[in-house]
Amino acid sequence: MSYRDIFKDGLWNQNVVFAQLLAMCPTMAVTTTGTNGLGMGLATTVVLVASNMIVAAIRNLVSPQVRIPVFVVLIATLVTVVDMALNAWLHDLYKVLGLFIALIVVNCAILGRAEAFASNSPVLASAVDGLAMGLGFTGALTVIGLVRELLGSGTLFAQASLLLGPNFAFLETTVIPNYGGVLLMILPPGGFLVLGLLLALKRRLDARVSQTTPPAAAPVLEGS
Amino acid sequence: MMLDIAQVRDRLSYQGVSLGIFALLASAALGLANESTRDAIAAAEARDLAASLAQVLPAGSADNDLLKDTTEIVGAGGTATTVYRARKGGIATGAVFRVSERGYAGDIIVLMGVDTRGRLLGARVVKHAETPGLGDKIEAAKTKWILDFAGKSLGDPPAGKWGVKKDGGAFDQFAGATITPRAVVKAVKGGLEFFAAHRDEILGEKG
Repeated sequence: MSYRDIFKDGLWNQNVVFAQLLAMCPTMAVTTTGTNGLGMGLATTVVLVASNMIVAAIRNLVSPQVRIPVFVVLIATLVTVVDMALNAWLHDLYKVLGLFIALIVVNCAILGRAEAFASNSPVLASAVDGLAMGLGFTGALTVIGLVRELLGSGTLFAQASLLLGPNFAFLETTVIPNYGGVLLMILPPGGFLVLGLLLALKRRLDARVSQTTPPAAAPVLEGS
Repeated sequence: MMLDIAQVRDRLSYQGVSLGIFALLASAALGLANESTRDAIAAAEARDLAASLAQVLPAGSADNDLLKDTTEIVGAGGTATTVYRARKGGIATGAVFRVSERGYAGDIIVLMGVDTRGRLLGARVVKHAETPGLGDKIEAAKTKWILDFAGKSLGDPPAGKWGVKKDGGAFDQFAGATITPRAVVKAVKGGLEFFAAHRDEILGEKG
């Protein structure tokens, strides 16, 4: 499997949220704004890359029969160490991301990637897979967050400067001033609605691509 | 070597021992991480506390180290509250303490500063788990709502008005979140009552 395929899978074909439908708990919990989705996605990506690499490195030492408890202990340890390290040495960032880091433990996508990819792949490929899956997850959460935020509060990337620093204050946009807001979108049902609609949209795009690809490919072949 | 591992991997003893070793390594890593981050985390939390204390006390109202000038007061509910005393030139100017009230999702912890006459100097929500985008408007970083509490006291607004507008009180609620601001108002009122009941103890003055 080429790195290009790994990225294609992570970002689109096997996207954690839109294709595998994993990690629903953090997805519903944090996607009330685009900024929150982005923060959760980035924190998850870091943990996913690290856990994939360690799992790949020890994959030959672990018996298949006890691999699940080993991976669970490993991921829980990793998340706790990251949590402590951020709290101690990057305290300001921790105050913003702290909520997300604890939630990563319940993200079954991490165990899913350890199981489906890293436990039978080399370290580098596993790191790339973690990165691709993490970025795909980040993208999905950010998009869901932005849609919910736009419909629910009429803003985009509110409080982005708290997460990314004052240089990113330009991202904070109020699209609809004095907007009363659709409360439903902020609450969990809104998360399911938006996810469902985006999922349908992705299926639709996929279906269109697979329909149009053969005729589109033919003229290119003739021309070249 | 690879072959050897593949052969023994299926043995129960190898599985048990390897699981034990991984658990041991994980515990060692956690212990090491805890050991090396503990001081830095404690220092960071003390800095946070000092920063939030400074937010609920007007600048220049204290010249002592509040983190060291504390007292434990047992309130009506039987729980002990840590009170940070503010002094200027040795004379008590006020006190800072935490109050908590059950919100929509878990306890909301409010830090409040009160002057010697029981007037609120400032209040800040320091910890909560309210709905992001709705209940989190009680944070000073998100909206100015909590700033309106400064200057209030038990008689201002009158006792009957210490509630959100929906309940006939004087404080705004948010669209979609009534329970959260209601809990904060209740917490602050409870804090003022606590101060009134234990004023002399809190300020360290003999009655």
